[in-house]
Amino acid sequence: MHIHKYEKWWLTFGIGSLVLFLVVVGFSAFHYGSHPPSAKVYVDPERVDEIAPFNNPGVHKVEGKDWDYEVVFVASAFYYNPPEIEIPLGSTVKFIATTKDVVHGFQAAGTNINMILEPGYVSEYVTTVDKAGEYLILCNEYCGVGHSSMMSMLKVVE
Amino acid sequence: MTTISERAKDLVKVDKRDGKLALAHVYVAFIALAIGGLCGLLQTLVRSGTFTLPWGIGYYQLLTIHGVLLGLILTTYFIFGFQIAAVSRTAGTLTDKQRLYGWIGFWIMTIGTTASSIMILINEASVLYTFYAPLQAHWIFYAGLALVIVGSWIGGAGLISKYVEWRKANPGQPSPLLTFMVVVNLSMWIICSLGVAVEVLFQLLPWSLGWVDKVDVLLSRTLFWYFGHPLVYFWLLPAYMVWYAVIPKIIGGKIFSDSLARLSFILFLLFSIPVGFHHQLTEPGISSFWKFLQVVLTLMVVIPSLLTAFSLFATFEIRGRALGGKGVFGWFKQLPWGDARFVAPFIGMVAFIPAGAGGIINASHQMNQLIHNTIWVTGHFHLTVATTVVLTFFGAAYWLIPHLTGRVLTKQMNRLAIIQAIVWAVGMSIMSGAMHIVGLSGAPRRSDFSTYGGSTQAAEWIPYQVAQAIGGTILFIGIVLIIYIVVNLLWFAPKGETEFPVAEVSEHAEKTPMVLENWKIWLTICIALILFAYTVPVIEIIQNAPPGSKGYKLW
Repeated sequence: MHIHKYEKWWLTFGIGSLVLFLVVVGFSAFHYGSHPPSAKVYVDPERVDEIAPFNNPGVHKVEGKDWDYEVVFVASAFYYNPPEIEIPLGSTVKFIATTKDVVHGFQAAGTNINMILEPGYVSEYVTTVDKAGEYLILCNEYCGVGHSSMMSMLKVVE
Repeated sequence: MTTISERAKDLVKVDKRDGKLALAHVYVAFIALAIGGLCGLLQTLVRSGTFTLPWGIGYYQLLTIHGVLLGLILTTYFIFGFQIAAVSRTAGTLTDKQRLYGWIGFWIMTIGTTASSIMILINEASVLYTFYAPLQAHWIFYAGLALVIVGSWIGGAGLISKYVEWRKANPGQPSPLLTFMVVVNLSMWIICSLGVAVEVLFQLLPWSLGWVDKVDVLLSRTLFWYFGHPLVYFWLLPAYMVWYAVIPKIIGGKIFSDSLARLSFILFLLFSIPVGFHHQLTEPGISSFWKFLQVVLTLMVVIPSLLTAFSLFATFEIRGRALGGKGVFGWFKQLPWGDARFVAPFIGMVAFIPAGAGGIINASHQMNQLIHNTIWVTGHFHLTVATTVVLTFFGAAYWLIPHLTGRVLTKQMNRLAIIQAIVWAVGMSIMSGAMHIVGLSGAPRRSDFSTYGGSTQAAEWIPYQVAQAIGGTILFIGIVLIIYIVVNLLWFAPKGETEFPVAEVSEHAEKTPMVLENWKIWLTICIALILFAYTVPVIEIIQNAPPGSKGYKLW
């Protein structure tokens, strides 16, 4: 098939950029471990309240792990438990969350903390909170009539 | 120079009986646009915080109607109407049997649409157009959707049968470009809609009927998105058909290369389907390796997109220079800026540049986390489908409808159509721009107005929501204008002959290699890529599945 000279240049430049872009994304993913939340941990959605760690939602200091705090959240229509958390600035935190009923979102607005919560699955994300302030945690997956009132608050304090 | 035989080809008319079938689809499409557009206006007003819905209508009920009517019904019906006319125009009048398939498909889809719409209207199905389990709608809603899909298969089978017939009658010859493109689009549609058909028929219907108690939520979402991303290419490819095969004729030029046009369609077929995980990047239960693999496959569509951009602008430049355009950009001024059939799709093409860039961000493994399920995403697809695709469809309606009704687009209507396109561009820039910006700071999509208990972050979003309402109001004016033009073209415009423009291939282009029509090769690669991208993760999803979920009705 004949391809025009300029088109060859255009495609070479385009495909070259694409490859470079994918290398950057892939390097960041597999070398630095920067992946989207993809935990493969399971829980019986009807017994969430009885099962650890969801029988004790809140902020827990941990020792000897790659992170300083574990933050456990339980979502249900149309609440998050706990309704508010405080974390010291600069700490590394593992967010662990699940839902007791339908699919919910879990996003701290203005940050990379953004996970889908599905019944039966545990969502996890490790990050360092490096900017002080109050971040609105909200549900960003439609869950019913009270969807837009479903919130919690992440306070990063000095 | 137009030869007599070319002139004769220009005058080929779509057979009246095929035209009637195509028009039936066009009617439903524009009824959906009018109702869905009104819902959109009301949504933006609600979210500005200045308006409350009357008569107990729920925000999410309205949102479901908006999504279903515009995302699924307007698009599918217009596409089928256009594709029927395109095949009939380029491959010849449908046989009675093929046309009967078309009508059976049309009525099954329409019965399904009506059934689902009634369920939404009586508030039994406020589950949005993605209908994620375990929110559970009335079973009739799911049955209606299943009918829409099955109807589209039957209608599609009629058109594919025409293509097969043409190939048999013309051995060794490449099929007419538009017909080939229609068949690529239908193949993609049939392969991808199998996923949502399995989800609806084997998971959601038995569960909503109470035959089974529980549903596997992650599997249902995975099946949905196996369908959901090619769905957006199913909307886009008919716009590409207009760009590749119709616009060159409208501006008086030729198709730059028939082979490259076909090649880009084949690449879309291959790289549209094994990519659904990029809609599920922030979900648990799917390995990040398989997510990344599908991210790579997703971004392969950059290649046919670049091919398309090159071909189109080459056509524009060659034509502009033939008309005497000088210098680097002089040709640009020579394009027919007074012709709505060109201007509306052209604005659509321009919108696709930021839309495509935004799409790359969305599909990029990590960057997705910043914008996932924020209103940025809503802004994104209001550029892609609601600007690029829809403006191209409007541009096509300006010759398709009068061609089918035996009328003409008058000068006044043409001027109004250009104003319509500009109004649309202005309204959408404001609305989609505001959505993109505020999405970056975390404002959620698909949410009723909320101050989130007086949160300072949420308070900063409200001015952007007001901007969305201003943009939405301007867009609604655009909807009133297009409906006015369409009504005129259907029933009131002066009688006359309107051409169905189909471009010829440039005499400089080389012969089209027949390998591009070797379906054994392309369908095999297509299915191999799907199996490669999905087999292992789907087995993992099924094997590791936690206890399923019972249904919830939380609206």
